[in-house]
Amino acid sequence: MRKKLIFSSITCLLLISLAFGACTTEEEVNTIKIGVIGPMTYVQGEHHWYGATMARDEINDAGGITVDGKDYTIELIKTDSNEMLSPTDAAAAMERLITVDKADFVIGGFRTEAVFAMQDVAMDYETIFLGCGAATEELCTRVADDYDTYKYWFRITPFCNVNLVNNSLMTLGTAGAIMQAGLGLEGSLKVAILAEQAEWADAMVAAYEAYVPVMLGMEVVGTWRPSATATDVTAELTAIEDSGAHLILTIISGPVGIPYARQLGELEIPAASVGINVEAQKDGFWDATEGYGNYETTLNTYAEGVALTEKTNAFFEAFVDEYGETPTYTAGTYDAIYTLVEAIERADTLDTDALVTELEKTDRKGAGARLVFMGTDTDTPHDVTYGPGYATGIATQWQDGEMKAVWPWDWDGLTYEGTVMWQIPDRVINKYTQ
Amino acid sequence: MVEGILVNGLIRGGVYALLAVGFSLIFGVARMINLAHTCFYMLSAYGIYTFADLMGLNPVLAIIISLIATTIIGLLTYKMFIDRIREHHVTVLLITLALAMVFQECMILGFGSHYLGAPSFIPGYAEILGVKVSYQHLLIFGVVLVVLLCVWALLSKTRLGIAIRATAQDPEVAGLMGINVSRILLVTMGIAAALAAVAGIVVAPTLVLEPHMWTHPLIMIMAIVVLGGLGSVKGSFIAAFIIGFVEVLVVFLLPAGAFLKGAIALLVMVIVLLVRPEGLFGIAFEEERL
Repeated sequence: MRKKLIFSSITCLLLISLAFGACTTEEEVNTIKIGVIGPMTYVQGEHHWYGATMARDEINDAGGITVDGKDYTIELIKTDSNEMLSPTDAAAAMERLITVDKADFVIGGFRTEAVFAMQDVAMDYETIFLGCGAATEELCTRVADDYDTYKYWFRITPFCNVNLVNNSLMTLGTAGAIMQAGLGLEGSLKVAILAEQAEWADAMVAAYEAYVPVMLGMEVVGTWRPSATATDVTAELTAIEDSGAHLILTIISGPVGIPYARQLGELEIPAASVGINVEAQKDGFWDATEGYGNYETTLNTYAEGVALTEKTNAFFEAFVDEYGETPTYTAGTYDAIYTLVEAIERADTLDTDALVTELEKTDRKGAGARLVFMGTDTDTPHDVTYGPGYATGIATQWQDGEMKAVWPWDWDGLTYEGTVMWQIPDRVINKYTQ
Repeated sequence: MVEGILVNGLIRGGVYALLAVGFSLIFGVARMINLAHTCFYMLSAYGIYTFADLMGLNPVLAIIISLIATTIIGLLTYKMFIDRIREHHVTVLLITLALAMVFQECMILGFGSHYLGAPSFIPGYAEILGVKVSYQHLLIFGVVLVVLLCVWALLSKTRLGIAIRATAQDPEVAGLMGINVSRILLVTMGIAAALAAVAGIVVAPTLVLEPHMWTHPLIMIMAIVVLGGLGSVKGSFIAAFIIGFVEVLVVFLLPAGAFLKGAIALLVMVIVLLVRPEGLFGIAFEEERL
């Protein structure tokens, strides 16, 4: 009798757990899992997560997504890629995200070296991966070279490094023109290139060395390549000052951007800094440089009050309200999720190949730009279409503790509202007016 | 250019010397390679940032708190984890490496991996031989000289110094002479941690604070200490300036290869060691130690 009772109890418990399990499974079926992968203890990864979270909350609060008559909500899976320290870890994290966490789609990535590895893993599993961090052109030329394997990769932000060069050169040209007019400098200006040692910067350095003299009529006086993690660039700056450079063209994404800007200001090196300095895109830059980062100019994606599309300001304000920080470009995960969701709704299916076809038709105004992917007949399919009317980016300059948009400045007639004139640093004015 | 190399080489060598002295001291006395040494430097740098920048305390007070707190952490670390296994050198290596990782993860938990900056004690710069040098770098150079003078005076002019040197030469005989070896090692660890803390405090304003900031200096000071001769404070001091000058030379003579400065400095170390395996001031006889 006692044995029967125990047996019955166990049977009941099993039935109940199966019933609950069935309920849970039913709920899981109605969830679209999106993996958000990035360096989560760094600002870039945090903003990956913040942007994605904002999009998820907005979409779920509005009722979720309906696909083939079924209602779905978005579930995000946060994954730390540890890519700043180990690209190998990033590949392993992507593998786990797809095979263990069962992510349906993946967004994020930051460091080129790591994104290459993550891209390969995602493509092996035929999982759509929307890049929101790495700029290297080759990530998209792979799609052209082997479409069947790499067609699941799309880049949301930033645009590729070739166009970053273009924007840098145009910003440099604007700054140079303002310096020549304001300081009465005659003849060709001298430019020093300071680029961190990283794969993404190599092609850009070669392009700068080739195009700065040809396109802008400026003289390149030298190229310095400190480590991305260097903590002291005093020697480099001393050598740059010795070279007589009027402008320093930067390609920096690593922490060296802070000591560089700080020492540039503290030692009053008489050269204006223009280019890419990812650290200068962050709110914490001013404090980290103790204010010596004044006048630092960098390509950027967002600035307060500058509407790249009609959605920019609402996104910017909501982001600042929620997280108390200015979004960096990796917060483009916000646009990534909307792009994906709209493609799913248009296709009315979760079939990956059908979604690839639908994503290729994307033409939407996001918070950062109007997003249209490059066609399969181009050299860089699935990359961001670049130029006025599409993704342009902006350049910002630190002016007395505020990040101000200073470019585009009449680029084929394009100047976004809220853009102010680029300022010549005091240290440069002092040098050339005394 | 020569002036730039000379001035920048001296400054960079000074930063390395400040870090290498404590590491060399603890090795010379305890024969212990403490891989967590530069973590004390990191802890004090974060301490300055926390107390002076975040909490807005008076900089002098922030310096004192950071120095004392880091030294206490150093002493506790030694007493709790290292003392009982100090005879087992490989175990000490592994334990101190594990501790370093723990300190690093604690910083990530507390501050994230954000790149932070600490305020300069003396903003601005001076021109020396036409080369701009920040006052903070000059302060570092001055502190290096004062610290080395103090270490020299401590080791050669005080009873404690004699006990430390005796322990360094032969711990067993020192014990037979009535010296409490365990206590001397603890004190030496405290001095080494305090020296790392001083380095962190004065160097922090020239650096980016981040939780992995202990790794690169650790590699460089290990190279310096090996180049100078393991356990030789004098050798470490001279080797620090050699490495500093090599790095600056690379930046000036090979600007596009500036990122190679660390690798080339290490290559110089390898070449010197091939010629003189015990290092520049290596110890041929145990009596010469320190």
